[in-house]
Amino acid sequence: MSAYDVVIGIETHVELRTASKMFCGCPVDFTAEPNTAVCPVCLGLPGALPVPNARAVEWTIALGSALGCDIAAESVFHRKNYFYADLPKNYQISQFDLPLCSDGKLDVEVDGVPTVVGITRVHMEEDTGKSTHMGAGGRITGSEGSLVDFNRSGVPLVEVVSEPDIKTPEQARAYATELREIVLSLGISDARLEEGSMRFDANISLRPPGQQELGVKVEVKNMNSLRSLQRALAYEIERQTKRLDADEPIEQATRHWEEESRRTAPGRSKEESSDYRYLREPDLIPVAVSRETIEAVGSGLPELPAARRSRYREMGLDFEAARLVSAGEGLGGLLEAAVAEGAGAASVANWLTGDVMAQIRSLGTPVEETPLTGARLAELVAMVDGGELSATAAKDVLAGVMAGEGEPRQIAEERDLMQITDSGFIEEAVDRVLAEHPDEVERLRGGDGRLTGFLVGMVMKATGGKADPRQVSEMIRSRAGA
Amino acid sequence: MPVDIDIAKVARLARIAITEEEAAEYGAQLGDILEHAARVQALPTDGVPPTAHPLPIANALRDDVIEPTLDREEVLAQAPERDGDFFKLPPFLEDS
Repeated sequence: MSAYDVVIGIETHVELRTASKMFCGCPVDFTAEPNTAVCPVCLGLPGALPVPNARAVEWTIALGSALGCDIAAESVFHRKNYFYADLPKNYQISQFDLPLCSDGKLDVEVDGVPTVVGITRVHMEEDTGKSTHMGAGGRITGSEGSLVDFNRSGVPLVEVVSEPDIKTPEQARAYATELREIVLSLGISDARLEEGSMRFDANISLRPPGQQELGVKVEVKNMNSLRSLQRALAYEIERQTKRLDADEPIEQATRHWEEESRRTAPGRSKEESSDYRYLREPDLIPVAVSRETIEAVGSGLPELPAARRSRYREMGLDFEAARLVSAGEGLGGLLEAAVAEGAGAASVANWLTGDVMAQIRSLGTPVEETPLTGARLAELVAMVDGGELSATAAKDVLAGVMAGEGEPRQIAEERDLMQITDSGFIEEAVDRVLAEHPDEVERLRGGDGRLTGFLVGMVMKATGGKADPRQVSEMIRSRAGA
Repeated sequence: MPVDIDIAKVARLARIAITEEEAAEYGAQLGDILEHAARVQALPTDGVPPTAHPLPIANALRDDVIEPTLDREEVLAQAPERDGDFFKLPPFLEDS
């Protein structure tokens, strides 16, 4: 905890996964060969005219609605002017004083403590090209320089600006996590932080407690995971606290997070970049949104993560399980399908957050693309709960199901993993083991409970591991009269 | 009333190199424009809704459909310098 009041606001850029770019028909394709997904519009060639992508507008309205924003009846585009080598027009088409969405909020929770983070605005803009720096002796021509690929130029971006309502690195992470889950639930972006399809920049300042005036603001960039967002802010709080304690000034600057050294370093700032000379984009007419459209988008929203989590809580999942199942792609659908087949929600959630998630990770495929269905999961859970399958054997059966080997029961039978519930057969094995170990039985009768485990193990061995250990344990105690 | 303009800053922001004589000339011209704007700004506009655009239309949008792109060789042929399949530029550091 800092001795100062910490004030954090976050700007988030989300690349939309539309088929085509924001203002032209070039494909949004990050796998395309460099400089092949380009045309006169996104290369900024003279005379080319932008035309906004209707789906990008609709998706921005959807995100704004999900964040409880007011949707503007009329909104306009502006040019944000600056010179940079990956910006071919020397301006970025963005929005300024009339954004599409404004004045929303996002509820976040850290350790059970809820906070409301205001959303200042949600607006539309376009991405820049992608540059790679080469030192001397670089790639092909062997000289120093920067290489630019304009495939990303003009990809639709939505910018979400929060109010400076965030007070801790943990809240910042919770905000970013929740915003990402909302974006994923709307299906409007891949929202991959490492690949830059969702990017967070944070503004942070410190001030002595009680001071009204805000401290000097530092912008932190280049955090490509939720963890680095949290770490970078914690680092900045520590750095700024030390400077303030020593009466040293904080310089208003952009700083870059360096993951390897876990520190922020001053970036080379764009020269006078704060003077963007916004002007109305004369090539574009306003975007007007009717009340009917706003209502239609609003009522067409899918269930949002917060609502889904609380529904899962009501189904009997604990907080963490509800969070994991809700956030995990495809897991919610499986939970609901399995419960519809009669399985208990908490048991199913256990499987989903444990072995199913582990299997998905090791297979590297989304769960929807595996043969696991709610019905199969429900059958597996029923077999374990009914004592037909041990928990260990069930893991093998699950792996078989996910590998496409068939139905759980069929796999268990084929692999000879079904537990024997025929009590006559188990009784026989128990009696034989008890007769072979009279000393141990005597000690068990004398009150040494540890012997139960040993005898259960012997029976399990005698039955090839196919007896239900709970049933065996009960039988041993009643037969031995312990 | 003449308007004070930092003409050197305006030129720098626009990446235009100008001489001192040109600065004086452009400064006077921009000043005239701003004075005119100031006169317009002084008009009573209470009750007049702000105009977002001179054309009384909205929503010239396109469907989200992929259209043909340019041939890469043709594109890179326009570049002052290329390096393989990329535009090559003088070095600049900050990654975007």
